[in-house]
Amino acid sequence: MNRSNGIYSIYIISKSGGLIYNYDVESNFPVTDVEKTFSYPLDIKLEFIKPRIIVGFGQRDNIRVGYSLLAINGDQISGRKYKDQDVLDEYLANEENYPVNLKFGLARLTTNEKIVMASMFHSMYAIAALQIVPQKDRFCTGIEAMETNNFRLNCYQTLTGVKFLVISDLNDSTNKDLLLRKIYELYVDYALKNPFYKLEMPIRCELFDINLAQLLEKNDKTLNEELGSGGGESSSSNIF
Amino acid sequence: MSKQANKNSIETKKINSDLFVLTYGAIVAQLVKECDNAEEINKQLDKMGYNIGLRLIEDYLSKTQMTRCHDFKDVAERIQNAFRIYLGFAPTITNWSAAQDEFSILIDYNPLTEFVELPDHLSNLRYCNLLCGVIRGALEMVQIDVQVYFLQDYLRGDQTTELRVRFMKKIEDVLPRNDD
Repeated sequence: MNRSNGIYSIYIISKSGGLIYNYDVESNFPVTDVEKTFSYPLDIKLEFIKPRIIVGFGQRDNIRVGYSLLAINGDQISGRKYKDQDVLDEYLANEENYPVNLKFGLARLTTNEKIVMASMFHSMYAIAALQIVPQKDRFCTGIEAMETNNFRLNCYQTLTGVKFLVISDLNDSTNKDLLLRKIYELYVDYALKNPFYKLEMPIRCELFDINLAQLLEKNDKTLNEELGSGGGESSSSNIF
Repeated sequence: MSKQANKNSIETKKINSDLFVLTYGAIVAQLVKECDNAEEINKQLDKMGYNIGLRLIEDYLSKTQMTRCHDFKDVAERIQNAFRIYLGFAPTITNWSAAQDEFSILIDYNPLTEFVELPDHLSNLRYCNLLCGVIRGALEMVQIDVQVYFLQDYLRGDQTTELRVRFMKKIEDVLPRNDD
């Protein structure tokens, strides 16, 4: 696996809370797929949670709770239908269909889920920016970083209200503030300066994709060096 | 611009101002052909400028890393700064109103009008009206509503070119406050 750096995803959220851009670094996502042949009765408890069928209880052979059912006998499934039959109530409940080959794995977020997540983050940001603890010489800025036990989220909101999000590995120690500013610059150059791009609309600009990919492809070290030495005040003084 | 991703610092591409000035001239000349009267041209220029301003502000912010303005003096200073970056000259800021909510931008030497003489039938044309739109559009994106208009225009026989900027209101943001 090519893990040149620990960036998983980039999100851009418009000032009204809509997701206008998303980029996933595919090579950085771990592969979790497990394929196994099962005999009747199924020793894993499956349940349907909104868009997909997931493992509710009963772990075995690297199939963990929370994994989704991705394929039956090699055919991809979406939702809970397979060959006109309900997967849970009919297909897997019927002994004649066994032995059956099932593929499980962690499903990635669908576009809809990403959009929901973006607007949810937008509101969370607003809550964080409330003056819950008044400070006389400073204002709250909203969420700048969020950490869980397997990823870190860094956020930068511009003065015009656009939010840039970087989701990265916990082990990745590059300076995210500078990376975010760099992405902001790319957004300015390749999305906003494109006369055919409409403000507040999803960004579908190939040049932007290419340049963002180039920026992220750089391995840890060069990215760090470049961002570390270049950014900050020196860039603004250069312009005059 | 294409090099930017590989560079440490921001590189602004310098172009010959004549090229810019002539391109602007071509736009105005085209509008003169397409529009019936000077008023209409002024309106179109303002609208074009407004749309440029909405985008230009992001460029300005990303390259200068400015923080939010808290009074109109700040705003004036930043506008002066922006003129220097984008047009290559710094105008004079004067004639503050007593309430500090209005100021003038004096442009003694305006590269945009360097080769321009207004013909008689276009005496109502505000040749540089695009600038008004740009300032209005850019400030709107940072929640400041202003009115910008020409007080004097060198092309129309005044001593100098004077843009008046008047603070209307702070746009109530649906956004959370974000400072620095």
